[in-house]
Amino acid sequence: MTSDIAAILAIDGIATGAVYALVAIGTVLIFTVTRVIFIPFGDIAAFTALTLAALDAKRFPGTGGLVVGLACLATVIELISLARARELRLAPRALLFYLVLPLAVVGIAWLVTKTDPPLAVRLVLALMLITPISPLLDRIVFRPIADGTVLLLLTVSVALHFALVGLGLLFFGPEGVRTEPLTSLSTEIAGVLISGQTMLIVIAALVFSGLLYLFFDFTLVGKSLRATAVNRTGSRLMGIRPARAGTVAYLLGSLMAGVSGILIAPVNTVFYDSGFLLGLKAFVGAIVGGMTSYPGAAIGAVGVGILESFASFQSSALKDVIVFSLLIPILIWRSLASLHSEEEIEE
Amino acid sequence: MSAMFSMTDVTICYGNVEAVRNVTLSVEEGQIVTVIGPNGAGKTTLLMAAIGLLSARGQMVFQGNDIGRIDVEGRVDRRLCLVPEKRELFSDMTVADNLLLGSYSLRDRSGVQKTLDEVYDRFPRLKERQKQAAGTLSGGERQMLALGRALMAKPKLLMLDEPSLGLAPLIVREIFRTIASLRELGVSILLVEQNARAALETADYGYVLETGEIVQSGPAKDLIHDPKLITAYLGGH
Repeated sequence: MTSDIAAILAIDGIATGAVYALVAIGTVLIFTVTRVIFIPFGDIAAFTALTLAALDAKRFPGTGGLVVGLACLATVIELISLARARELRLAPRALLFYLVLPLAVVGIAWLVTKTDPPLAVRLVLALMLITPISPLLDRIVFRPIADGTVLLLLTVSVALHFALVGLGLLFFGPEGVRTEPLTSLSTEIAGVLISGQTMLIVIAALVFSGLLYLFFDFTLVGKSLRATAVNRTGSRLMGIRPARAGTVAYLLGSLMAGVSGILIAPVNTVFYDSGFLLGLKAFVGAIVGGMTSYPGAAIGAVGVGILESFASFQSSALKDVIVFSLLIPILIWRSLASLHSEEEIEE
Repeated sequence: MSAMFSMTDVTICYGNVEAVRNVTLSVEEGQIVTVIGPNGAGKTTLLMAAIGLLSARGQMVFQGNDIGRIDVEGRVDRRLCLVPEKRELFSDMTVADNLLLGSYSLRDRSGVQKTLDEVYDRFPRLKERQKQAAGTLSGGERQMLALGRALMAKPKLLMLDEPSLGLAPLIVREIFRTIASLRELGVSILLVEQNARAALETADYGYVLETGEIVQSGPAKDLIHDPKLITAYLGGH
């Protein structure tokens, strides 16, 4: 391997890693606030790519149907639980957030799609359509078991991923898609050609991590999310509802997953089931960072990207094997290095 | 005069075990009421149920509204606040952020800065350490932060669970002085304490809780001279 090749591989790895980092940060965000390890994040990213491809092809994406279906289901569940708690006076609010808002998003997207919108608008539409999915899934699947153990939540999360893959096949079909590049620019740094797409990925990852940092440090809502992550009981005593903090976390997380989906769509062919590997690699990155640290997760994810890039140069068939094998020593090192007991994790 | 907060025949169970049985107590507007009793009598359990972290049978009324079915966050929105025994601070976050989060339940944000200044005036130590993480504070400072954070929510009724627990005697005196001074703010207080003498010296009215039941109650100045209580809790005179 020459230094030229190494440089190309490293740049490629950083770009892939930046995409993983966005998903990894979202995973950490959801985990710290809700204790759910949200495996389907990769699926959310893949669905965003598929949504964008459908919009590019001037078709209305299957995401619309998915959101409408989930919104109806979530509304029914919310109304039943309100009726049980004899709090039906809150029903209009529930209808607004679980039915009207998601349907409005789908309606707007449907109308705008007919006008043959430019690329920038299509990107916004794809993100708009994808962001309601995770919060709705949270209401339907995780809210009823919110007090369960981390293991229970994880098990359900894995099951949810498989359900989503099936739904993906139903709503998007089996064809793979690759969207048009967002930019055709490229530049040469120190003799190595860097494509505009690569730079865009890295810049987007930096911008979104930066925005998240500002959100956490300078807004009351951001601080309330951190508070929920640090101390659930304490934050409830301040009047912060964990369920609401969870919804905000899911919205933000799916926005980040959506952005990563848009970024990989022109680079990789994306199928309805492509999300699993993306989500799993981001998860590995998050674990390297200890599941609770944002910079840790980002660094871990970039590390996974670089490792994968070099591994695929050595043996492209075994690249995933190499990446996932790495998880074992890391987990051993992590469990030896930290002194967390089972009980602490349960809290 | 109707009480601002009252519990009537409240029973709290852990599984099949009744930790608190048929407790009736009330707090009048502007009053400091204390519940004293030995370890394991159910004092903390009582407060946990009052804030809604534990479910209870019986009736709980706050400012004329039945709050039995309202969740913790809803009670906090109605300005019923608890400083728990474990303090439950946000240890990774700064003192300033902890205090700011105390005001989370207030819809009207205009008075928050003023309340923050008042809390800093009351606890100058917190102002000195406002950029420090809450986890790095000493025990006394943590209790001040927990109190200050609760005051940020402008509570109508403040419930304090063992505010003197684990603190040096000098700091205990300071904390109780602060509690007494809250009366001027118009905050009613329900104080649960093992340190019976300090609690009764501060309070207007007292209840004695033993093995889950109220065994005695009366004005604090009477209880403090009660010979039975003196031998049991007040350690002689």
